[in-house]
Amino acid sequence: MKLETQHFTQTIMTTSSRTTAAWIFLSPALAVIGIFFVLPVLAAFTLSFTDFDIYALGNWDYIRFVGFQNYIRIVETPLFWKALKNTFYFVLVGGPLSVAVSLGTALMLNSKLAKFKSLYRTIYFLPVVSSLIAVAIIWRYLYHPAHGILNYLLSQIGIAPIDWLGDPDIAMPAIIIMAVWKNFGYNMLIFIAGLQNIPDDLYEAAHLDGASWWQQFKEITIPMLKPTTVFVVMITIIGYFQLFAEPYVMTQGGPLNSTTSIVLLMYEQGFRWWSMGYAAAIAFVLFAIILFFTVIQMVLQRSVRH
Amino acid sequence: MNKKKTQILLNIGLLMIGLTTLAPVLWMVSASLMSSGEAGTFPPPMLPKLPTFEHYLALTERLNMGRYFLNSFIIAGAVTLISTLLNSMAGFAFAKYHFKGRDKMFNALLAGLVVPAQVTMLPLFLMLKTMGFVNTYVGAIIPGMASIFGIFLIRQFVMAIPDSLIEAARIDGGSEFRIYRTVILPLCRPILFTLALFTFMGTWNDFMWPLIIMTDQSNYTLQVGLASLMGEHTLDLELMMAGSVITIIPVLALFLLFQRHYVRGIMVGGVKE
Amino acid sequence: MKNKFLNIVFILVSVAAIRCDHSTDTVTVIKFWGLGNEGEMVVPLIKEFERRNPTIKVEMQQIPWTAAHEKLLTAYAGESTPDVGQLGNTWLPEFSVLNSLEPLDPFARNSSMVDVNDIFPGVLKTNIIDSVLSGIPWYVDTRVVYYRKDILQRAGYDEFPATWSEVLKASETIQRQAKAKNKICYPFFLPTNEWVPAIALGMQFGGNFLKSKNSQGNFSGEQFTKAFTLLDEFYRKQYSPSGMQLITNLYNAFSDGLIAMYITGPWNIGEFTRRIPAHLQNEWMTAPLPTMDSLSPGTSLPLGTSLVIFKNSKHKEAAWKLIEFLTSVEQSIEFYKITGNLPPRQSAWQDSSLASNTYIKAFYRQLQRVDPLPQIPEWEQIVIRLQIYVEYIATGTMTVDQAVKQFDTEVDVMLEKRRWLVEREN
Repeated sequence: MKLETQHFTQTIMTTSSRTTAAWIFLSPALAVIGIFFVLPVLAAFTLSFTDFDIYALGNWDYIRFVGFQNYIRIVETPLFWKALKNTFYFVLVGGPLSVAVSLGTALMLNSKLAKFKSLYRTIYFLPVVSSLIAVAIIWRYLYHPAHGILNYLLSQIGIAPIDWLGDPDIAMPAIIIMAVWKNFGYNMLIFIAGLQNIPDDLYEAAHLDGASWWQQFKEITIPMLKPTTVFVVMITIIGYFQLFAEPYVMTQGGPLNSTTSIVLLMYEQGFRWWSMGYAAAIAFVLFAIILFFTVIQMVLQRSVRH
Repeated sequence: MNKKKTQILLNIGLLMIGLTTLAPVLWMVSASLMSSGEAGTFPPPMLPKLPTFEHYLALTERLNMGRYFLNSFIIAGAVTLISTLLNSMAGFAFAKYHFKGRDKMFNALLAGLVVPAQVTMLPLFLMLKTMGFVNTYVGAIIPGMASIFGIFLIRQFVMAIPDSLIEAARIDGGSEFRIYRTVILPLCRPILFTLALFTFMGTWNDFMWPLIIMTDQSNYTLQVGLASLMGEHTLDLELMMAGSVITIIPVLALFLLFQRHYVRGIMVGGVKE
Repeated sequence: MKNKFLNIVFILVSVAAIRCDHSTDTVTVIKFWGLGNEGEMVVPLIKEFERRNPTIKVEMQQIPWTAAHEKLLTAYAGESTPDVGQLGNTWLPEFSVLNSLEPLDPFARNSSMVDVNDIFPGVLKTNIIDSVLSGIPWYVDTRVVYYRKDILQRAGYDEFPATWSEVLKASETIQRQAKAKNKICYPFFLPTNEWVPAIALGMQFGGNFLKSKNSQGNFSGEQFTKAFTLLDEFYRKQYSPSGMQLITNLYNAFSDGLIAMYITGPWNIGEFTRRIPAHLQNEWMTAPLPTMDSLSPGTSLPLGTSLVIFKNSKHKEAAWKLIEFLTSVEQSIEFYKITGNLPPRQSAWQDSSLASNTYIKAFYRQLQRVDPLPQIPEWEQIVIRLQIYVEYIATGTMTVDQAVKQFDTEVDVMLEKRRWLVEREN
C-alpha cells in the first residue's frame, strides 16, 4: 500500500517531463508521417473534388472545383467497372488460392515426418524477397507462347500451346499463378508461427483418444489457427486489392484491359493522362472498398475471439 | 503401417513444390550465362553450352547497371538508417510512456495501414516538386523515413521489456534519452536488425516511387533501370536475365545470411493478437 | 535614379553573360532524350555530330517507349526536361498545352539546313500546333497495305484493288477459292486490338472524328458510322478473324496464306524480308490504302516522331544545331540505313538506298496523301479507348450503332474540360 502511494506521487512528479520526452521521441516519426503521408492523403482527398488535369498543370487558372463529378464519372465509366471486376477476380481467386497454398505448405513443413525443413522453408521463401521486376522478366519468358518453357512442357503431354499473356481469358489466371508463386512463402511463415503456437499436448491427448489425422486437423488445428488465418486473409486481401506492379510490367493492363486493375487504372489516369483529380477519386473509391473489407474482417475477428 | 507411405508422399510433395519454386530462379541464373540467342531456341536449353559473362560485362560497362546499383544502395541504405532510428524512438514512446491520447493516436496510425500507398503518390509528387526534390535522392528517400509498420513492430517488442529495467535506470538518474540509448536500444538489437533488414529489402525492391520521382536515367534505381531495359531489350533474353540476377543477388544474400532475423520479424508482426 | 543605376548594372551583367555564352573554349553540354530503340541507334550519328561541333557535347538518354509518355510529363512537372527531345508527333499538342515547347519558326526561318517546304506537307502539319511550328519531323511513318501478290492474282487482281468495294469483292473471291480447297483463309486481317484500321477507314470517309472545335465526339456522325459499318462487314463475313487467338504469329499466318492483306507500318518491311521464307519473297508487296471511289490513293495517318526544343533549355542554339543535323537530308538517309526509319524530307527519297527499295514506293505515294488527325491532348487517350470498341463490334457484343453512340458518350466525358475551355474563350 505504502509502496504504491510512493510510486503514485513519483509518477505525478515526473509525468510532465516524461510526456515531454515521449513527444520528443515521437515527433520526428510523426512529422515525417504527418507531412509525407497524412497531408498527401488529405490533399488527394481535396484533389478528388477538383478537375486537376493537364490543362491545369499548364495553367493553374484552369482548376475547377467539381464536387462529386469525378466520383459520378467513375461510376459511369465502363473501364472502371472492368477494372473493378478484374481486381475482384484477382482478390477472390488469387487470394484464397494463395492462402490455401501457404496453409498447405505450412502444414506440410510443420509435420514431424518432413525432412530438410529449414532448407525447404528457405527455398519457398526465395521468391518473396526477389524483386518483382526480375520475377516478371523470368515469368514473361516462361509464358512465352513460342519458346517458353511452360508451353514446351505442355507440348510434351500433348497440349496445344497457350498464349498465356496474349489471350484475354488467360492473362489474369497467368498473373494469378505468378503472384501465388511469388507470395505464398510469406503467409506460409505466419502460418508456421501460428501452428507452432498450438500446444503439443492438445494433439497428444487427441491421439490417445484415437482421433484420426483429419479429425485432429478439423477439431484442433483449424479452430486454433483461426486468429492467424483471419489475420493472413486480411493482409492478403488488402495487399491483393492494390494489384499494380504485376500487370504493369507483364501486360500493361492488356490484352483488351483484361488485366487492368484499379490501381493500374488510377496510375494511367493520373500519370499517363494527367487527370489527377479523377485519379485521386479512383484512389479513394479503392480506399473505401478496402476499408469495407477490413471492417468486415474485424467484425469476423471479434466474433472469433468471443 | 501407413506412416511410412505418408512420409514418402509428404516429402515428395515438399520436393516438388521446392523444385517448382526454385526452377525459375535457377533457370534465370543459367540463362544469364548463355550466349546471345541461345535461350530463345526451342526446346529451351537448361544449361549454357559455353558459360559466358559477356552480358554481365555489357550491363555494367554499356548499360549503366553499376550506377543503378549504387543509386539503389544509397537510397535503400539511407532509408534504412533513418527509418530505423525514427521508428525505434516512436515505437519506444508508444510502448513505454503514458500520455494523453496515446492509444487513440496509435490506433489512428494503424488505420493508416489500410490506406493504399498509391493514394498519396499524386499529391506527394506535386509537393516534392514545389520543394524541388523531384529527381533527387532526397525525393526518393523522404517517404520511407518513417513507417507505421516499423513503429508497430518496435512497439510490440518493447512492450515485452519489463518496466522495472527502465525504472531502475531512472532511479540511477538516467535521462530519458539515455534510457533509450543505453537500455532500450541494446535490448532491441534483434528487432532493430530485423526491421532494418525488412526496410532495406523493401526499399531495394520498390519500383513505383523511384519510377515516378527519378526522371534522369543517371538517378534510376536497379528496379527502374531493369524495367526500362525490359522495354527495349525484350529480345536480348540472356541480357535481361543477367540484369535480373544482379538485381536479386544482394537481397538474396542478405536473406540467406540473416534468415533467422527476417523470419522473426514476420512472426512478431504476424502473430500479434 | 536608383532604378536607372540598377538597369545599367543589369545590362552590363547581361552583356557579360552573353559574352560568356559565346566564348568558344567552353563546351556546351546538351541533353537529348531519345525513345526506345532509336535512342540507341542514333549514337553513331551523335558521335559524328560531336566531331563536327567540337564545342557541343551531347548527353544521350534512352527512354523506353512503354513509359515514355509518363516520363516526359513527369519531367515537365519536375522541371527536368532535356534540351532536345524526341516526341511522337501525336504528343505535340499535349506539350504545347503545357506551353513547354520552344517555337521553332525563328530558327527554321534562318536555317540553311532545314527546309520545311521539302518535308511531306501532311506530316509537317502535325508539327504546327495553333499555327506555331513546334517540332521538326525526324522520321515519318504511315500505314499502307501489305499483301500477297499471288493470292490476289489468283483472285483476278494483278494490281492491288484501288477502292474498298473492290477489296471486299477480292476478299469474297479469295475466301471462296480457299474454301474450295478446304482451307481456312481470312483475306484481310484487321486486328481487333488496334485502332489504326478503324481510324484509317474513317479517314476514307472524310475523317471528322470530332466536332465543335474538337470539343465533342463525332464518332456517331454519318462518316465514322459508315467506316465502322464497313469494318463490321469484314468481321461479319469472316474476311477478318474476330479475335486475336487465331493469328498468333503474323509472319507465319502471312506465309501460310491464312491472311492475305494487312495494314501496317514501314518497320514491317524489314521483318517481312527476314521472316518470310525465301520462296515467298517475291510474292508479297505493299500498296497505298484504297479509297472509297476515286482512283487516287486513299488517305492515311501522318505518324512518326519529331524533335523538339523544350522551353526550359538554356542552350537553345546548340539544341537547334543538333536538330538541324539529325533532320538533314544526309543524316536522315544515314538513319534510314541504320534503322529503316523513313526520312521526312522528300528529296532524301531520291537517294538510291530508298529509290531502289520497291516496297517503299507505296509509302512514298501514301505520304503525299496523309491528313492530320485532331491536334488535342486527349486524342491519344481517345484512340486507345477506340480499340475496345473495335473489339466490341468484332465479337458482336455491340451493334455498330450502339458502339459509336456509347463511344461518343465516353469521348464527350474525356473532352468535358475542353468544352469548358472553348466556351470560356467565346
